Amino acid sequence: MTRRFLFLSLATALLVGGCKPRDAATPAAGAAGATAGSRVLHLGNGTEPQDLDPQIVTGVPENKIVNALFEGLVAYGPSGQGTIPAAAASWSISEDGLVYTFNLQPNGRWSNGDPVTAADFVGSYRRILNPKLASEYASKLYPVVGAREFHEGKLQDFSKTGFKALDARTLQITLKRPTSFLIESLKHYAWFPVHLPTVEKFGGLERKGTAWTKPGNLVGNGPYLLTEWAMQQRVIVDQSPTYWDRAALRTDRIIFYPTENIETEERMFRTGQLHKTNELPLDKTDVYRREQPESLRIDPLLGIYFFRINLTRPPLNDKRIRRALALAINREVIVEKVTRQNQQPAYNACPPMESFKSPVRLTGDLAEARRLLAEAGYPEGKGLRPIELLYNTSQNHKKIAEALQQMWRQNLGINVSLVNQEWKVYLDSQDTLSYDLSRAGWIADYVDPNTFFDLWRTGDGNNDTGFSNAEYDRLLEEALGTSDQAARRALYARMDAILMDELPIIPLYFYTRTYAANPRLQAPPNLVETPNYKFIYLRD
Amino acid sequence: MSASVSPTVTSPAATPEEGNSLWHDAWLRLRKNRLAVFGGVVLVFVALACFVGPFLSPYGYEEQNLDLGASAPSAAHWLGTDTLGRDLLVRLLYGGRVSLGVGLAATFVALTIGVVYGAVAGYSGGKRDAFMMRAVDIMYSLPFTIFVILLMVFFGRNIILLFVAIGAVEWLTMARIVRGQVMSVKRMEFIEAARSLGFGRRRIIFRHILPNILGPIIVYTTLTIPGVMLLEAFLSFLGLGVQPPMSSWGVLIKDGAEKMEEFPWLLIFPGTVFSLTLFSLNFLGDGLRDALDVRASKD
Amino acid sequence: MLRFFASRLLQSLLALIIIITATFFMLRFVPGGPFTSEKAVTPEILRNLEAHYGLDQPLWKQYVDYLGSLAQGDFGPSFKYPNRTVNEILADKLPVSLELGFLSLLVALLIGLPLGILAAVRRNTWVDYVGSSFGMVGISIPTFVVGPLLVLAFAIHLGWFNASGWYSPIDRVLPCLVLGIAYAAPISRLTRGGMLEVLSQDFIRTARAKGASELRVVLRHSLKGGLLPVVSFLGPAIAGILTGSFVIETIFQIPGIGREFVNSAFNRDYTLVLGTVILYAVLIMALNLAADVVQAWMNPKVRLEA
Repeated sequence: MTRRFLFLSLATALLVGGCKPRDAATPAAGAAGATAGSRVLHLGNGTEPQDLDPQIVTGVPENKIVNALFEGLVAYGPSGQGTIPAAAASWSISEDGLVYTFNLQPNGRWSNGDPVTAADFVGSYRRILNPKLASEYASKLYPVVGAREFHEGKLQDFSKTGFKALDARTLQITLKRPTSFLIESLKHYAWFPVHLPTVEKFGGLERKGTAWTKPGNLVGNGPYLLTEWAMQQRVIVDQSPTYWDRAALRTDRIIFYPTENIETEERMFRTGQLHKTNELPLDKTDVYRREQPESLRIDPLLGIYFFRINLTRPPLNDKRIRRALALAINREVIVEKVTRQNQQPAYNACPPMESFKSPVRLTGDLAEARRLLAEAGYPEGKGLRPIELLYNTSQNHKKIAEALQQMWRQNLGINVSLVNQEWKVYLDSQDTLSYDLSRAGWIADYVDPNTFFDLWRTGDGNNDTGFSNAEYDRLLEEALGTSDQAARRALYARMDAILMDELPIIPLYFYTRTYAANPRLQAPPNLVETPNYKFIYLRD
Repeated sequence: MSASVSPTVTSPAATPEEGNSLWHDAWLRLRKNRLAVFGGVVLVFVALACFVGPFLSPYGYEEQNLDLGASAPSAAHWLGTDTLGRDLLVRLLYGGRVSLGVGLAATFVALTIGVVYGAVAGYSGGKRDAFMMRAVDIMYSLPFTIFVILLMVFFGRNIILLFVAIGAVEWLTMARIVRGQVMSVKRMEFIEAARSLGFGRRRIIFRHILPNILGPIIVYTTLTIPGVMLLEAFLSFLGLGVQPPMSSWGVLIKDGAEKMEEFPWLLIFPGTVFSLTLFSLNFLGDGLRDALDVRASKD
Repeated sequence: MLRFFASRLLQSLLALIIIITATFFMLRFVPGGPFTSEKAVTPEILRNLEAHYGLDQPLWKQYVDYLGSLAQGDFGPSFKYPNRTVNEILADKLPVSLELGFLSLLVALLIGLPLGILAAVRRNTWVDYVGSSFGMVGISIPTFVVGPLLVLAFAIHLGWFNASGWYSPIDRVLPCLVLGIAYAAPISRLTRGGMLEVLSQDFIRTARAKGASELRVVLRHSLKGGLLPVVSFLGPAIAGILTGSFVIETIFQIPGIGREFVNSAFNRDYTLVLGTVILYAVLIMALNLAADVVQAWMNPKVRLEA
């Protein structure tokens, strides 16, 4: 019986499949949709994109596709860092750091042939700031004069804002105060232009989720054009014939695959369906290290894995206990034995970047942790109620939480119980401060320390710890208005020191982005996962 | 959901003969069924091991050895260790307690609700019966997966709730079976006799009718447990299983399935024990059905 | 007959309203909403978002509005995928799940029926034991183990298939096989049970006594009665198999409705959850009705009762 079944299934398989083993580097013809030879990229892209309207979307998978379809004023350079011209050919900044003037590409065109004008940018910013559109990332534009007021409905006249089209190809942006990370933040898709006549045509400027982002309708100014979008299947983009810098593109077509299950994604890579995965399962990293190191990529990523502490709940409102918890973690063991993807142990609140390497470091040893715990009235953890550690459902978070639970028990005698909640419930618990300790992560939106320190402002929507420090808030404001880089760095260092003293969070490690990629794939690492497709291609 | 397919049972009509000899015959028939006997023995062994085993192990289910990490079976760790260096054997035994416990408890909930509901409907007959069975039909068309997920999301990973939620899903079939049986038994003379003696309805149902339909109930019970255990595995796949660091077979198998290439023992051992247990329950259930099925045994 | 269908329709409608109401309100009491995200938005933006989707209205009004648009066949917009309506998503994915389900069912019946019949005819022989054991494999190994195992063997090591996807006909083989095996198991068990019951009856003995061949006894005389339990199982099973399998669709990256069914609940995509729930309920009610009708046709003793 079983033999017959085996035969049956083998026969079916043979019948339908034929039996030619595939070269692992060439994607399956069926999946590729059979086109244009070797200049096609197959990329794993995480979850299904919610939408492709740059003024609506919020996630990393969307970011990767939107960057193919649209182009901001400036973009990341060939190394994945730095700034090069994009939709703007050049720009100048006024002496006082308030007025930015952009000269647009003289031959910049939308994919329908229309020229890309300064009025397009101004109109786009007006759309994203329209309260009725309810764009989640509209706040990215708040540094500009009047932007916040317009978005909150306090200013009705958009011409009073700092967005001006001086002529068809000249865009002027006036800020409220010097904002040294403005150029960096322009690389975020919230600043990308949209083609207003197209948006208008498919349901108006104030409605989100209209048909304008569907293949055939979508008009963009980016290097690629949307050809196909089959939900939960793939998104195909092809070179845009009107793109001003088309000669620089070395890939004809890119196919993005939604890959929600990372084990499945890794198997797709091994059958040659993908040139690049979005992630790599923890336990596969060592296998790749051992067996095919040429396919393993570990890129730096500007992000921090940390734990929020609920400062409003005893006994965690006692700084000594927070410090004891923070000191009793062996971060080296966590990154070397548990996460194993070259993460850097974190001893402060902000990952190192070119513009800011924090001098602050959480120091202290286990003896100090025990002493602090005893001082707080709980020698060897005696008398301390069980502390709940909240994390959202995920294999990796679970593994880390289990390891920490053990460390705290062994090192301090503290009993930590794990509470695993499904994503939305977890976010809700964090938001309503119904937790003791909560696992968290933060990936930068743009390369500047402000994105990490802004979180801990009193009452910030992402603070979620109850942390409130007047001195800290003051320093944060001061840093925002400071254009002298050395002075800014000093201010952020002082904020970091406050955080590592008050410990509303326990930093654990700085992220890396680990994935598998075809050895021929050229893809410069980018700290915030914003690709520039001019520099992503398969080497011959 | 393929994981929540529960085998339904054709209701074998048990006629009330002389109780003792019926059970005796059934026992003899069951003993002749080698697969069923095998299943019974395995079940007893697994249950005993899960209950007693952890007391004999030098390791705790949450005791980690990060330096060791995942290691293949050895003299120190008979079934190897997981990626945090925890002993797989002891986690398997603890997990068995949870999984078998969930299976038994949920089945008990299903049994209680289903039997009472079915018996009341079947015995009452008429409009009340029609109404109660329509209600069951409606509930059959509820997408329970969603409700179980919402419940788990809402109440967190409460294992007691897991029992109740799953039990609340599984009682419908039991109610149908019991009702059918009660309908056929209640017309029998000895029930008429009991009624004419003026016994109350509750007494007649529980003292006179239920003992006569125990066969189908037992059979269906043994077939419900595997269904429940699979559902637990499915919930673990969704990440809605027991709260770590506790383990269950579903959790172990999910973890093992993700690492089957690197650390095959993490899948092989839990998978084997899980399947063996489900095999055994099903064999035992089939054996019991054959043994208790009066009609089938008459030839 | 007409009365039977009319009353069943009425009941189904009532059941549907109960299901919609229960789902609608349960969803709203679960913590977290469609716009709960890791990077918190300002209260103003959240207010704008809620106003955009009418979530700022009182709950009863939202409920009435929903029922109103439902009556016109409009399931509303998806919260998670702003540029798609629930109608579009369902229309997009149902065919995929139907195809997956239909093929799997075929596999399940092709494996399950012969196995069950053989096991019954050769009861308590090695054929029965091996057949039953195989049947058990399908029930006792979760699909999330069988799936990756087959992928490893046939896709990665032998290179015959893609590891996942739903692009060309060849991509159908592995997922349908896995799902089919899972359903073959209960089918073979039910077939065996039903056949055993029929084979022990008097008219079969008569047929045998008259010298009918074993094959004829099985095919002509027993099959119809023996498959009754399978038919009643198939009603809900087909609904389950057609609305897709979350596990299979996740592992094989299939754009079917089963994934939306579960993920929409996690995403708090209220309208999409309701859409999939309604679809599932309607399917299962229709199929249960079909199963009843088929049973009445196969077994004269069963009458259609309202």
